[in-house]
Amino acid sequence: MRQRLWQFISGAALAMASLTLGAQQPEDPVAEYRELFGEDNPAELWEQRGAGLWGEPRGPNNVPLSSCDFGFGPGVIEGVYARLPRYFADTARVEDLESRLVTCMTTIQGFDRETVLRSRFGDGDKKSDLEALTAYIVAQSRGHTVDIKLQHPAEKAAYDTGKAMFFYRAGPHDFSCASCHGEPGKRIRLQSLPGLLEKKDAQFAFTTWPSYRVSQGEFRTLEWRLADCLRQQRLPQLGYGSPAAVALVMFMAVNANGGKMDAPNLKR
Amino acid sequence: MQKISFALLVALVFSPVAMGDQTQSVLDILQKSFTQAGQAGMERLQQDPTQQLCSAGAASGLSDDDATKILAMNEALVKPPADGNYFGDWKRGQAIAQLGTGLQSSDDPAKPAGGNCYACHQMAESEIAYGTIGPSLLHYGKLRGSSQPIIDYTWRVLYNAKSYFACTHMPRFGSQGILDEQQLRDVMSYLLDPSSPVNQ
Repeated sequence: MRQRLWQFISGAALAMASLTLGAQQPEDPVAEYRELFGEDNPAELWEQRGAGLWGEPRGPNNVPLSSCDFGFGPGVIEGVYARLPRYFADTARVEDLESRLVTCMTTIQGFDRETVLRSRFGDGDKKSDLEALTAYIVAQSRGHTVDIKLQHPAEKAAYDTGKAMFFYRAGPHDFSCASCHGEPGKRIRLQSLPGLLEKKDAQFAFTTWPSYRVSQGEFRTLEWRLADCLRQQRLPQLGYGSPAAVALVMFMAVNANGGKMDAPNLKR
Repeated sequence: MQKISFALLVALVFSPVAMGDQTQSVLDILQKSFTQAGQAGMERLQQDPTQQLCSAGAASGLSDDDATKILAMNEALVKPPADGNYFGDWKRGQAIAQLGTGLQSSDDPAKPAGGNCYACHQMAESEIAYGTIGPSLLHYGKLRGSSQPIIDYTWRVLYNAKSYFACTHMPRFGSQGILDEQQLRDVMSYLLDPSSPVNQ
């Protein structure tokens, strides 16, 4: 399995190179990789590592994460990604999966928050435990229907903030999220853009993140996607798990209500 | 009666403030959530009046009054080229149209920014990797000629597109200092020069 996946990765890099040169079909650039490699997804390497990390006693407290509560009881991970973000009474804030994992790693295992955040995104040999755990837990929601209810006032407030941010134009280029994602059917260069105000596109976008990015040879989470969008908007660095990041995740998740989770997925 | 007019007065006085409050609270959340990175400083989270009106307009519809205000504010920022020369080198203009970097936290501030025109516009027929957020500019000069009104209009849209299309997605390349005058001249040539690939 492992060997096949690594063959996939090197093969996909070649396919990527030829696709960039050819650049003929903007519609589904990942189709070519699927043709070559079937349904194998290198994200499974991250999932497997995450499964190991989930059950292993770790951190200064030398305990596993299995008492981490994502809102449905300690240790329950089946289907939770389809029901996050939500309000957590113990932290008195709205958290998405990624910020909740940081909470559990610090409060249960005793890890230092800054140290955890420094390795939030992996890069080559530098692996991120947060990404691996995210991959594993997200995979337990595959096939679950996105169902965000906005019951707590703080959840409603996060949605409203996310919506306001979606339209918030700023920076030297006057960009907002809506500049690229306000309408369906648009492209940047050859890259198709989901129109995040339209149900079908919003569902597709939310249910297919996190993903293995073939062009980067890395597993990427939704918080990575958002932070990189805001970098391209010419704004400063979006804090991982920050109120603004969680608000944007909430806005995307609510717009995707009714969609079926199909992540980790595979993207250009 | 007096009570009613007092209530009305309160509503009139406080409605713009309430709107300002909402922008303020979003800005508060942004300021807590972002950190300065490279050349992208925290001041970039602050909106100018155009950005503020366009954000509100995108969420709930732009009023004619606000559109007029935005056009006027931005028209006042348009500057013709200092030496009266609107044209440069289309080859350099092509490189500027292709280049997507500039002003991101990850970019080298010592290097000039690109215009990234191809991110959103079709231009030369030979470049098939173009985006569709903006209109096609294929044969821009061939279709329009290069009369003075076309030259003035094109310069104005490149310099500050929000002086002509109130809340367009297009950045204000001149007034926001993204491209300098010489770069704008080069892009003008890429669009209007009969020998530019855009017009083949």
